[in-house]
Amino acid sequence: MTSVKTVHLSRTFKAKKKDGGGIVQALRDVSIEINKGEIFGVLGPNGAGKSTLIKILCTLLLPTEGKAYVAGYDVSRDYRKVQEKINMVSGGETSGYGLLTVRENLWMFSQMYNIPSKAAKENIDRLLKEFDLYEKRNERVRTLSTGMRQKMNMIRGFMTDPEIIFLDEPTLGLDVGASRIIRNFITEWIREHPERTVLLTTHYMAEAEELCDRIAIIDNGRVIALETPENLKKLVTTEFPFTMVATGVGHPERVRELVGNATWKENDEGALKFSMILEDESIIADLVSMIVEEKGKIIHITKREPTLEDVFIKLVGRGLD
Amino acid sequence: MSEMSAQSRGMRDVLLRNFRAMKGRAYPRIIGMNREPSWLFFDTLMPILSIAAFVYIYKAMNAPPQYIGYVIIGGAMTAYWMNVLWAMAAQLYWEKEIGNLQLYAIAPVSTMSVMAGMAVGGAFSTTIRAVSTILVGIMIFNVKFSMASPLLLTGIFVFTMIALYGMGMMFASLYMLWGREAWHISEVLTEPVYLLSGFYFPVKYLGTGVATIAALIPLTLGLDGMRQLLFPYAGDGFIPATHELLILTVLSAIFLVLAHYFLNYMETLAKKEGRLTLRWQ
Repeated sequence: MTSVKTVHLSRTFKAKKKDGGGIVQALRDVSIEINKGEIFGVLGPNGAGKSTLIKILCTLLLPTEGKAYVAGYDVSRDYRKVQEKINMVSGGETSGYGLLTVRENLWMFSQMYNIPSKAAKENIDRLLKEFDLYEKRNERVRTLSTGMRQKMNMIRGFMTDPEIIFLDEPTLGLDVGASRIIRNFITEWIREHPERTVLLTTHYMAEAEELCDRIAIIDNGRVIALETPENLKKLVTTEFPFTMVATGVGHPERVRELVGNATWKENDEGALKFSMILEDESIIADLVSMIVEEKGKIIHITKREPTLEDVFIKLVGRGLD
Repeated sequence: MSEMSAQSRGMRDVLLRNFRAMKGRAYPRIIGMNREPSWLFFDTLMPILSIAAFVYIYKAMNAPPQYIGYVIIGGAMTAYWMNVLWAMAAQLYWEKEIGNLQLYAIAPVSTMSVMAGMAVGGAFSTTIRAVSTILVGIMIFNVKFSMASPLLLTGIFVFTMIALYGMGMMFASLYMLWGREAWHISEVLTEPVYLLSGFYFPVKYLGTGVATIAALIPLTLGLDGMRQLLFPYAGDGFIPATHELLILTVLSAIFLVLAHYFLNYMETLAKKEGRLTLRWQ
């Protein structure tokens, strides 16, 4: 049973003059179908079009071309019907009023959804306990930490019992503990409500892999792959994902030139950690020679199981960072 | 028959939904005042200073004693004008900045009910401030009011508020689209309205032509009507208070209809242009 459907959905923006003017194509011909009971992930780098897609589905933005349906309703025409079925939480959200308490803020937003006060307060208290925020219920919102604030935002989104919830990078910038509470809640919620749907955008590959039933990889406004995490990983099973940690590599871009694709990050010890997908393992010998030639030192090379990050690198040609 | 009852249930549900939204949005405004006691100083004692300046000018000129009362009422009503201009119209800019606007926009309620919540909450808290200003003014300057018709006075005050906040909702739609750029409009409007609405003098002295144009601003007739009813012996009224009530009723309806139209239009335009959210979100 389809919960969200887009048909050749496109969206353009006029770029500001200071950014060079012209037209920016934020979404291009996106056609997806999301089923009830799914946690559907949208994965992509900054500016890929993830948030634009969510904004259209949440009725905050009109599409330039194509159609989008949420809970069977056209988001452009029947937006009030759509709004009765949905809610949305964004990462880094600072919504609400700082001088209200956590409980008052949540109650205020519950009133936008026609929830009687008594029922709203009971629901809020239950969710505050689930998110480990009950102790803070009478604290003013402006005194909350980022993690606590995001838990409050999650409660705001889920307390209206939406049929479809849109989560736009919900764990952005959170510590491990807060992220885990949020991820566990999402998993439990969909398990207890199999007729509901979650659409999640994220930067974090591990999060997408852990939570999502299916993932759409989006780049430059276009969906370039849409599959289950397992099937996506099969795209790189004929190849060889490697991790290499090396020091003294003066020109890391030479590694990319040699193997065709590679991303790297400096670790705490100042060494470079490369991720790459090799079509032919024999290229390792050339790689070692090149590092030695550069007077670098290889600390280790590891062959590993393919991850979504490998899929992403293969499809997009670069990492998320 | 059952179709009709389903329709009436649907209508009741829509009304209840929007009433709850209004109540919810009014709450921060009402409760906020208790949480920030500094308003007592800034919103009660500070306005008394500008009121005092005009009072002493009138005293120096040996103006009739009711002029001191005019100034106190005008001074108290400036609180509503500032509330409408900066905390009502400009509020949508701030709501967008903190991320509330997008949450209101995706809620299944009319933007009008969210705005009405702001208006009710704003009018409530401003009334407490205005009454405090009047009380302090009466105590300091020993002004004596004689109420001619409490019912008419209440009617004029209530419809002045409805028309004024309706106008505020209309301006709010500009902030939805233009954001901070719309501040210039608020800045441009602040001082001229003080003059045109006769905050510190009877508006009839502007001359019939100018006063008639100024009557489009709800505060003009509101102030004039209230002054006539609180100082019935003075004879400084522009037109009879009953006529003013009638015009204010019409202005209320016009501004509310225009606010509804503008808010819908601007919301659709903002959705087309992607202006309901911040760029980075």
